[in-house]
Amino acid sequence: MASQQDSSAYWSKNISIIKGCLIVWFVASFGMAILFRPMLAGIGVGGTDLGFWFAQQGSILVFLVLIFFYAWRMNKLDVEFGVDEE
Amino acid sequence: MDQFTLNLIVVGATFALYIGIAIWARAGSTSEFYAAGRGVHPVVNGMATGADWMSAASFISMAGIIAFGGYDTSAYLMGWTGGYVLLAMLLAPYLRKFGKFTVPEFIGDRFYSQTARSVAVACLIIASITYVIGQMTGVGVAFSRFLEVDNATGLYIGAAIVFFYAVLGGMKGITYTQVAQYVVLIIAYTIPAIFISLQLTGNPIPALGLFADATSTGEPLLTTLNGLLADLGFSSYTQQSDTTLNMFLFTVSLMIGTAGLPHVIVRFFTVPTVKDARSSAGWALVFIALLYLTAPAVGAMARLNLINTIYPNGTTEAPLAYDQRPEWVQKWEQTGLLKFEDKNGDGLIQYTASKDTNEFDVNKDIITLANPEIAQLPGWVIALVAAGGLAAALSTAAGLLMAISSAVSHDLIKSQINPSISEKGELMSARVAMAVAIAVATYLGLNPPGFAAQTVALAFGLAAASIFPALMMGIFSKRINDKGAVAGMLAGLIVTIVYIFLHKGWFFIADTASFSDSDPLLLSVKSTSFGSIGALINFAVAYFVSSATEDTPQEIKDLVEAVRVPRGSSAAIDH
Repeated sequence: MASQQDSSAYWSKNISIIKGCLIVWFVASFGMAILFRPMLAGIGVGGTDLGFWFAQQGSILVFLVLIFFYAWRMNKLDVEFGVDEE
Repeated sequence: MDQFTLNLIVVGATFALYIGIAIWARAGSTSEFYAAGRGVHPVVNGMATGADWMSAASFISMAGIIAFGGYDTSAYLMGWTGGYVLLAMLLAPYLRKFGKFTVPEFIGDRFYSQTARSVAVACLIIASITYVIGQMTGVGVAFSRFLEVDNATGLYIGAAIVFFYAVLGGMKGITYTQVAQYVVLIIAYTIPAIFISLQLTGNPIPALGLFADATSTGEPLLTTLNGLLADLGFSSYTQQSDTTLNMFLFTVSLMIGTAGLPHVIVRFFTVPTVKDARSSAGWALVFIALLYLTAPAVGAMARLNLINTIYPNGTTEAPLAYDQRPEWVQKWEQTGLLKFEDKNGDGLIQYTASKDTNEFDVNKDIITLANPEIAQLPGWVIALVAAGGLAAALSTAAGLLMAISSAVSHDLIKSQINPSISEKGELMSARVAMAVAIAVATYLGLNPPGFAAQTVALAFGLAAASIFPALMMGIFSKRINDKGAVAGMLAGLIVTIVYIFLHKGWFFIADTASFSDSDPLLLSVKSTSFGSIGALINFAVAYFVSSATEDTPQEIKDLVEAVRVPRGSSAAIDH
């Protein structure tokens, strides 16, 4: 850790990555599966609609991608700021 | 060979495997006992977390709840997986960096207060005990069927085995045993699902079969199911019946509860580095998703098979005669979890939505276990499912008992009541705490406040309202002080407990309830969904109390700074 400034830059970068990920997280679950479901009712998936698919499968797949993306992105950020574990 | 003997052989073989592993990997030091020596590979840890996580509620109860609840119950699927996103981003890496043994330990250090630590212990114990009740309900169901005894006897046998099992291993033993239990439970869950998906849709992957065409009608499976349900007067499988508000809050509650449950969080103390803590949450979700993507297919297909069993010639024809009922119905009748009452005296089993004419009552918790029998699968598959259900319940119960006993022995006795206690004394107190926890859970398991998955949902509400906000504020704010944290946790916990007791009865004694979940106190918010509101109260109270009182000391600000960067995590291993 070089300086106090670096440390707060690292942290605010982390916060903005988290924010981005959590927006996707919210849209894939609460959005597509619950709140927007009535609006998506026209898009059919195997006997039901897209919202139902998101509620029972799609959201889980998005969560998986998100966690691995975050781990990959943060590991890169750690190296950029020199705070990775030796 | 008859089914009973087959069950005994398969279940016996898996038990021998777990005990063998537990003996091979038993703990040699306190670091091994509490955190498996911090040497667990992230993929292995992910698998163990998967087994720890997927309890009787996921394995035994969830598919049944989905089968009878349809779309509304998607909250369980999203809630119990989405929480891992929060865990991976908001808690796991920082708590691993902090590098101690228990959740109350972090809260006590970060909020520089023994009171905060004790309140965290209380929150942990209340949430975990409620969770163990859900496991005991599931264990009772599994044993009653598999040993062909009544539900209460099954529960006593289950309690005895869980106790023996949990006492045997520390965290190290538990971790490696859970890997084996994961393998058993995922095979046991998937194989019957593949068979059933092939029977109904011709697609070997259940998750795809759910949205495929049913071979019997040529129409999509879900359309076929909706059609049959409509004929019998049930509500549509794919339509929403619950209010949007309650479904939203219930999902929030399950998600943040997932991230706040201590037995899951401590899992991330066992990996070597912060980097591993991040990816381990992802691996855990990979192994969990294998079951969770299959579960909705199991639910829908089980409902379809159940209706086809009762109405073998279609819903417009006469239903099955009671004296021609299949053997699995007779077996489950003995457990008292499946009932037939011939209300109109015609000797036929009427299965309808109306309370007045319906004669067939199925406990939702038996669906997964009965599923291979309903689909007429071979005997070894049925035995495998029994073994899988027990693996799920045992692995979670062991993890929970570990969390409870370490909170009592490490956070209460060792740190506050008697700091000079010997290591032997600490272990003894941990075991006594386990015994008491099991006794309470068994008593409440005999009078459960709901089905296994619903009882577990209450535990999530409690964890959501108390532990998650305190941990998150401890990492993301330097301003929240000891008074704010204590006031916030107490407010969140107490309001949530009172709301649950008002709806489920005080201490779960049913006739003392003033409201019911079908007509709740606050709008349409059911007691299982209230954790999200409890969490909001926790955040708000902590913020206002902290703002009105003094700032946190400099060394706490430094601690928070240190927790936020990964470098230096290896230093935390040796202590």
